[in-house]
Amino acid sequence: MAEKTRLRVPTEAKKGDVIQIKTLTSHPMETGLRKDENGKPILREIIKSFACTFNGKPLFSADLEPAIAANPYIEFTAKMAESGTFAFTWTEDDGTVTTAQASITVS
Amino acid sequence: MSLMTRRGALTFGAGIVVTLVAADDGRATPAEADAEIAKFTGGKTAEDGRITIDLPEIAENGNTVPLSITVDSPMNADDFVSDILIVSDGNPYPGVVKFHFTPMSGGAEAATRIRLAATENVIVVAKTSAGKLYTARRLVKVTVGGCGG
Repeated sequence: MAEKTRLRVPTEAKKGDVIQIKTLTSHPMETGLRKDENGKPILREIIKSFACTFNGKPLFSADLEPAIAANPYIEFTAKMAESGTFAFTWTEDDGTVTTAQASITVS
Repeated sequence: MSLMTRRGALTFGAGIVVTLVAADDGRATPAEADAEIAKFTGGKTAEDGRITIDLPEIAENGNTVPLSITVDSPMNADDFVSDILIVSDGNPYPGVVKFHFTPMSGGAEAATRIRLAATENVIVVAKTSAGKLYTARRLVKVTVGGCGG
């Protein structure tokens, strides 16, 4: 389960600016292909999707596979037209959802 | 004279080893990567170009390899990159990640960190809102593979 999320989002921008958003969440991204020291398979545990909305509208999303490194890092951009709130969600195989938010003032 | 000479036995043994490795390495093949791409493109051919892949030439640790993709696009409501598919041809599964953009993205660029099991190709296919397809690929040499095992 994702325990901690970290965001790097500017708090201010000028109208028309393209800003960079960086996200990181702590998660093993266990592939299901590894075995423990007793030779038993370690169960798959993967964050399968990530999504970001701005003021409720879809902005960016990603479908992740086991080939994404542990503690998934995702970086993307947004063109700012108005002030508002980014909402981030990470969804796991078993439906567990982790969320985070960040606000920005656009002048 | 024995039925099997020493040299014959060695060759025979080597043959078995090679067969076992080939059967048990659990890697995706380029054909599986191509099948994943065909699912994304609907079987249409993607043009070369417009895509910049930022990946190290040599990844010392295949557990976490920084990957950054940029596609040249106006990213306005009429013409934007809607989806990017990334696959590799030497991991246990071909799929790596799919990115989905909107005109609000302002740019068709994204970065993440990926796992590479061995020296292999990373293939990127981008789809625009107008249905155009672009592709690019990069070979990454991997010193220590990163898919557990």
